[in-house]
Amino acid sequence: MKYIDNTDVMKRMKSRLKMNKVWKSIFLIATGLALLTLVILLARIITQGAGYLNWDFFNNFGSRFPEKAGIKAALIGSVYLMLVIAPVSIILGVGTAIYLEEYAKKNKFTSFIQMNISNLAGVPSIVFGLLGLTIFVRMFLLGKSILAAGFTMSLLILPVIIVAAQEAIRAVPKEQREASYGMGATKWQTITRVVLPAAVPGILTGSILALSRAVGETAPLVVLGIPVILQFLPDGLLSQFTTLPLQIYDWAKRPQEEFQFVAAAGIIVLMIFLILMNSIAIMIRNKFQKRY
Amino acid sequence: MVELMIKNEKAKATIKTPSPMTSEHIQTVEKNTVVQTKGFNLWYGDHHALKDINLDIKENEVTAIIGPSGCGKSTYIKALNRMVELVPIVKTNGEINYRGRNILDPSYEVEELRTKVGMVFQKPNPFPKSIYDNIAYGPRIHGIKNKKILDEIVEKSLRGAAIWDEVKDRLNQNAYGLSGGQQQRICIARCLAIEPDVILMDEPTSALDPISTLKVEELVQELKDNYSIIIVTHNMQQAARISDKTAFFLNGEVVEFDQTDKIFSTPRDKRTEDYISGRFG
Amino acid sequence: MASQGLEKKHSIQDMIAQSRNKKGKKFIEKCMPIILVITALISVLTTIGIVMTLIFETFEFFQRVSITDYLFGTEWLPFSGSEPLYGVLPLILGTLKVSVIAACVAVPLGIAVAIYLSEYASDKTRRIIKPILEVLAGVPTIVYGFFALTFVTPILQELIPSLKIFNALSPGIVVGIMILPMIASLSEDAMSSVPNSIREGALALGATKLEVSLKVVLPAALSGIIASVVLAVSRAIGETMIVSLAGGATPTFDMNVTGSIQTMTAYIVQVSSGDAGYGTTIYYSIYAVGFTLFVFTLLMNLLAQFISKRFREEY
Repeated sequence: MKYIDNTDVMKRMKSRLKMNKVWKSIFLIATGLALLTLVILLARIITQGAGYLNWDFFNNFGSRFPEKAGIKAALIGSVYLMLVIAPVSIILGVGTAIYLEEYAKKNKFTSFIQMNISNLAGVPSIVFGLLGLTIFVRMFLLGKSILAAGFTMSLLILPVIIVAAQEAIRAVPKEQREASYGMGATKWQTITRVVLPAAVPGILTGSILALSRAVGETAPLVVLGIPVILQFLPDGLLSQFTTLPLQIYDWAKRPQEEFQFVAAAGIIVLMIFLILMNSIAIMIRNKFQKRY
Repeated sequence: MVELMIKNEKAKATIKTPSPMTSEHIQTVEKNTVVQTKGFNLWYGDHHALKDINLDIKENEVTAIIGPSGCGKSTYIKALNRMVELVPIVKTNGEINYRGRNILDPSYEVEELRTKVGMVFQKPNPFPKSIYDNIAYGPRIHGIKNKKILDEIVEKSLRGAAIWDEVKDRLNQNAYGLSGGQQQRICIARCLAIEPDVILMDEPTSALDPISTLKVEELVQELKDNYSIIIVTHNMQQAARISDKTAFFLNGEVVEFDQTDKIFSTPRDKRTEDYISGRFG
Repeated sequence: MASQGLEKKHSIQDMIAQSRNKKGKKFIEKCMPIILVITALISVLTTIGIVMTLIFETFEFFQRVSITDYLFGTEWLPFSGSEPLYGVLPLILGTLKVSVIAACVAVPLGIAVAIYLSEYASDKTRRIIKPILEVLAGVPTIVYGFFALTFVTPILQELIPSLKIFNALSPGIVVGIMILPMIASLSEDAMSSVPNSIREGALALGATKLEVSLKVVLPAALSGIIASVVLAVSRAIGETMIVSLAGGATPTFDMNVTGSIQTMTAYIVQVSSGDAGYGTTIYYSIYAVGFTLFVFTLLMNLLAQFISKRFREEY
């Protein structure tokens, strides 16, 4: 007696194969839908904003009149902000990563720091804004300055940079360190001359991606009370300033329809800024990938 | 502890090697002891990896260390420049005297020790830098910055490692572009660049093809004139070909240590004979 | 012969012995670990700073408003001059509405994308699609907010005439688009790490790809997938700019998704953009709301970590 009826199996096989095909198309459509959203989003913003992109737009300050509104102060402000965030977050992030990967012993303290970092990565950005408002703006009396915002944003992206740097450092083979120690190099010499040079591409890629997140971030700056419309350029790190996302936020909120076009134009500039940063990161990643 | 000391005495009695330790003895014995290991024990956590090791390494000789995998031979030579310390759970006791000073003494700076006792590793491990920078790495970290002197050192070391002619026209190329055998000779040259006293080689040919192996073996023979070499090898023929003395390790103990020809022709211990004749390992 | 060798070989060693700046080297070796520990402690200090800030200011808030009123009150009217009410439930409900809608969009789509990428797509397709998803994940939230307000809402209004300009539906959908790449890529990671031998075992029995995906791979990767969903929802809860732009500023305690709402994050933004003076009850209220938000996201992050650790498949 046979337990399996072959004709029955064959009959069912047909419907099973059909289900496979149907679902495959469903999965494909879902993927296509996700990609389509990106296309629609970009197309929509470009068609809305492209008309407002001209020299005046880059050269004007914010204004009550849409046709006079420009992003000069916001663009310069974003660049200034980066100049604070980049060194602060990279030094702190890479330092922490070196400590965790090269010096820290495997004990409770180390795993506590590690757990703390991964939890910090999940804290909403707006909560970092509350931290910055209390600590940097009020306690350290930095006011609504570039420095206060820069420190807040540095802490926000710190976990991302730490994790990226840790991965890059971990990828340097143990044999490289042994070779250096074997020559009588000290630990710090080994780190600065062997480990870090090999880890730099990974660290840079991760850092640039993290920085591009900081450039697009809005919520913490709103909480810090960074002004939206400024008629002057910042003249130092303690100066007031505004940034691209804040400027866009302000335009997007306005009821006049023209301001939506201005906002879209601002978004184009912001996106170009980000795409440039991402391209640099990808170029570094491709150029230096896998050498061992 | 008492037991250990008795064992220690016994071991000394059987090996019977005079151990001149200070510079006053330089002319007296046929060859000076460079590294003297006395009652050395090593643990990885609870695992007793090296048991009461007693070995005297002589100047300008090639000492081969043979034994089956896991017998502690690599661990032993990594103890000689304290590279074992990179594993955090290692504990040691006993003495390893390098030119009369106990290197296990915490006051002995590892960096100083490792400039005197160089090492070549199992897998070629050049840095992903230019050939020049690889060789100049050692002198540079020890504070030699003069470009002229560095140039000289690089050439001399590459010549010393018999690879100068192959790479002299591409010193600025990445060392990773070289073949495995060339990489290993670059690593030897890198080691020579700080002119160490002793060179430790941890299975330096195990990752190489036969022709490259031959070149490295010839090189070891040449280096003997200026350096004391301790080489760990899996390959008994290699030990027989290139070494003056051979130590046979088994389960973390030195079973036999003698002139290489004696070990291979008339081993005293049954286990050595079994291993050499290929009955295990 | 031996002594000749000795003489010759000591030239470089002598140079080394002379030039070595021992004191400076030792000083650096001693200092660096301390400096590095300090940098590592900054991240710990950040957490402590966040928790302390939230606790102190929230404590101040509860000096003025009773805890039970805050936790169980169903009306949030801080700006009502005569008798402000601080019942946080409407804000929480607003946040949950957006998050649930976002999850409804992102979870099925995200998992479908993950299945497609991990089980069906060729290597080449995957190499093209994954970076595009990364771009989607890298779009600033302010851009998504603008997109929700000026594109998604008008379209939805065509379909649902009763939909207000500010509503829960539009930001919910767009937050879903925002967290979709996160679910897709984390779930894809979880599914790709299921070893091929398991797939081959099922395929060799005559199972279709669909059956392998749904009955073999999906269950094996389930902990990773659930963890990714929890993380993504936590991100949705903390999302600020999309809901501030498109959600409105009307905290309501009902199940309506077509009318204006207010989330916890949007409230903080509303107060911060206005001129709530330092030291007023309204000023302290943003910390209380921030604290509530922090507790929500922290719990979800811990849950995600717990799930992925506790139920990790060992292959």
